[in-house]
Parts: sequence; structure tokens; C-alpha cells
Amino acid sequence: MEADTRTEVVLLACGSFNPITNMHMRLFELARDHLHETGKYKVVKGIISPVGDGYQKKGLIEAYHRVAMAVLASESSNWVKVDPWESEQEEWVETAKVVRHHHEELLMSGQCKDEADHVKKGKKRKLRASEGGVSEKLLNTAVPELKLLCGADLLESFGTPNLWKEEDIAEIVGKYGLVCVTRSGSDAQRFIYQSDLLWKHKKNIHLVNEWITNDISATRIRRALRRAQSVKYLLPEPVLDYIQSHNLYSPDSEEKNADVILAPLQKHANLSK
Amino acid sequence: GRYKVIEGIVSPVSDEYGKKGLVSATHRVAMSRLALETSNWIGVDPWESKQQHWSETVEVLRHHYNRLLNPDHLKGSVQDTRVNKTGQDKQDMNSYPGSPQLKLLCGADFLETFKIPKLWREEHIVEVVGKFGLVCVSRGLTDTHRFIHESDTLTRHRHNIHLVREWIQNEISATEIRRALRRGQSVRYLLPDSVIEYIKQHDLYTAESELQNAGDILQPLKTNTE
Repeated sequence: MEADTRTEVVLLACGSFNPITNMHMRLFELARDHLHETGKYKVVKGIISPVGDGYQKKGLIEAYHRVAMAVLASESSNWVKVDPWESEQEEWVETAKVVRHHHEELLMSGQCKDEADHVKKGKKRKLRASEGGVSEKLLNTAVPELKLLCGADLLESFGTPNLWKEEDIAEIVGKYGLVCVTRSGSDAQRFIYQSDLLWKHKKNIHLVNEWITNDISATRIRRALRRAQSVKYLLPEPVLDYIQSHNLYSPDSEEKNADVILAPLQKHANLSK
Repeated sequence: GRYKVIEGIVSPVSDEYGKKGLVSATHRVAMSRLALETSNWIGVDPWESKQQHWSETVEVLRHHYNRLLNPDHLKGSVQDTRVNKTGQDKQDMNSYPGSPQLKLLCGADFLETFKIPKLWREEHIVEVVGKFGLVCVSRGLTDTHRFIHESDTLTRHRHNIHLVREWIQNEISATEIRRALRRGQSVRYLLPDSVIEYIKQHDLYTAESELQNAGDILQPLKTNTE
């Protein structure tokens, strides 16, 4: 039997998921197909990481609900799961930190495969590979590559002043990698071209073309819900039931954080003072 | 605030339509049923699909209109409709204050087929928009408005053509779905899981199935040329 030499990949999607929609779930499917079709990758896991309430985005409802809905949406998936770690943090966490956290989790679970009883969570261990030689143990449990899954809006948000730290962008595209699903591939390509930083790491930015347009933005879903319009067939059925039984998304919920500045903008404005 | 929608009917076309890539009606009806399982107001009516010949749109509309007037003939899980049972003259719909109006639901692409030569008979277009009515869902209304404006028939009946703007765009065309399936790509979250399961089990939508009826002329074009 031929050995599978493909690189294992884990896709991490960060976002508000306010609420999670069929479009979010589609991102995972499209990204997986795309990476598989290159013949070089094997996507082994998808992680949904809803942002914490500390993000202070207008209309952001409690993390508790957003996580519950994401769990309902991914229940029937055998490879995409929700990780509530980010949502449980008191303060907003930079995306680069979230990626780092999940990368460390992967490292530790890789070692857990060898030494199930011995690894204690929280203890960092250096990979022998980083010392120049790959141990036999690690060959069998090679750590999958973690990539940030997103839409074109996130890619282009790299250009918003004070939203991202330059070194965070460099870490995400340089050390980990981006899988960006977009309808307008040429706009995304142009955006990458116009940024020296992104251009440098373009090999690590995978653009996935979304031919079947699915413009189900969570903002429009919330608008429809406020207006008592149907969103059936746009969200997974259990998510719809949850929203209805908990009466989420009203004009009041949309006013939440209306007078507050988004956490990353606040943080970076303070730093530049 | 003027209408109450009490029922939705999905009526898959019969195999005799002769469209390229059309799989057997049995499957299309089964998949529609699965997709509508969770709906409490939309149901599938297989009548059209069971006809031995292709049915003109007006035939289907007339059939369902008559069915709605005669509740004894109602089949399936369709809810009760408010019907005037006195059996008055069926020529004029408005003489039935109690009977529901039947409207054809479609996309903008359907509306624009009215201009394809030999696809429609003029008197049928008049019946569809005049006697029954159209509810047309479309992404961009400018072109649709212009299309209606450029047709005397449609303009005359414009009060009976309801244009619905689709703000949350969902371009999930069946053609694209079949393409993705042929290529082994995921269509998860674009179709209900139960329909995807069905397609897998019956191995529908392959390169071969797409060739079904290839090279044939669409039935309505044949009929109207004779």
C-alpha cells in the first residue's frame, strides 16, 4: 500500500457566528474540497471558534448562545467541531493568539498519542524536530498544519487601519497559512498583489473560488429575523429552532454595543498613544 | 396585508419534458418530498410528473385550480383550503369569494422565457398572468421591470404580477449542484442532508445522467412548431 504523503491540515474559522449560517458551514466544505483537489493536503479537522463577548461588536449576542448554535449546526458533521476556548476568555483575544493556542493544542495532542498517560495539559514540550532531527515517535504523529479559514472580507480587513498588528498578519500568513473562500478571486488576488507582506507569503494563501454564490451574511439573517421574515433553508434547521425558542435577534439585541468601540480598535489605538 | 398564503405546491415536470440531464421523475419527486418534510405548508404534487405527455404550464395550473375548488379530490398532506362548494360558474375566479387564488411562483429566468420564440403560445401567457397571476422572485428587479414594460401583454396584467426582491442571494442553481456532484465535490449545506443521502444511495447525477436527452429538442418547442 502506498504511503499517504499528503500534509494533514486543520482548518480554523474565527468569527462572530452571530448566528452561524449555512454559508459558514459551506466555507469548510469548499476549503476541504479545494485542498484535497491539489493532491497535496488532507484536511483532518475543522474548528469553529466563536469570538468572545469582549469583542464588543454591535449586535453581538452572548457567546453562550452563539456557541450553542454553532454546536447544533455542526452536530451532523463528522469533521467540523466547535471549540469554545476563545469565547470563554474575558477579554478579546487577537486572532493570531487564537491560532497560536490551537497550534499548541495540536502539538500537545500529537504527543498525547504516544504518551497518553504522561502528558499534562499546559506543559509545553519542545518538538525534537526543531532541534534538527526527527524522532521516530514524531514521524508517526506528525502535527497537522493549522490554517485560518476565512472569507474575502477577513483578508481585506488586513487593510483596515488599527484593526490588525503587522506582526500578527505576518505570523498568520507566514507561519500558519490562510485558506480564503471568495466569490471574486481576482479582487482577492489584487489585494494580495498590493501588499508586500501578503505577496511575500502568497504561497501560503490559498484562494478558493466560490462558484455557487451563497450570500447568506449573518447581518442579513438578523435583519430578516427582526422583520419576522423567514430564514428557513438559510440556516441549519436546529439553529433556526434554537433562535425561535430563545427569541434571539430583536431590535434590542441589535443595539448591543452600539456606543462602544470594537475591542481591537480600542486596543491598538491605546498602543499607539 | 392583502394576502394569506395557505399552501405551496411543488410540481416536478414529467420526464417527457426532454430536458438535458433530467433524471427520472420518481427520483425528483422523492427528493422534493424529502426536502419538504420539515415544511408545514409546502407539499409535493406528483400529478404533473405522472402524465404520459409533457403538460403545458396552463394545464397544470388549471388542474390544481380545479382540484382546489373540489376538496373531495384533495390528496396527500395538503391542508384544507377555504373553498366555495356551491359549484358556481368556474370561468371567473373572482366570482368565488371563498376560493383561494392560485398563483404561479417562479424566478426571473422563467418570466423571461415568455420571449423565447415558439416556447409559449400567446393565449397561454395571457391565461397564466391574466387568469391566475405570477409571483416572481428575483435578485435584481430593474431588468424584470423593464421586461414587463416591454411587453404589452405583461403590462396589461402587471397588477397580477408580484415581483419579490431576493435580498439574501442564494444562487444555488441545480445545474451547479449537478456539476459539483459529477466532480465529487461537496454540496453539503446547499441541499437538505436527506436529499444528499438519497442522491448518494441511488447514485444519481453522473456524467452519464447529464447526457440524458442530449441532442433532443425540448418538448414544448416540438409541440408549438407543429
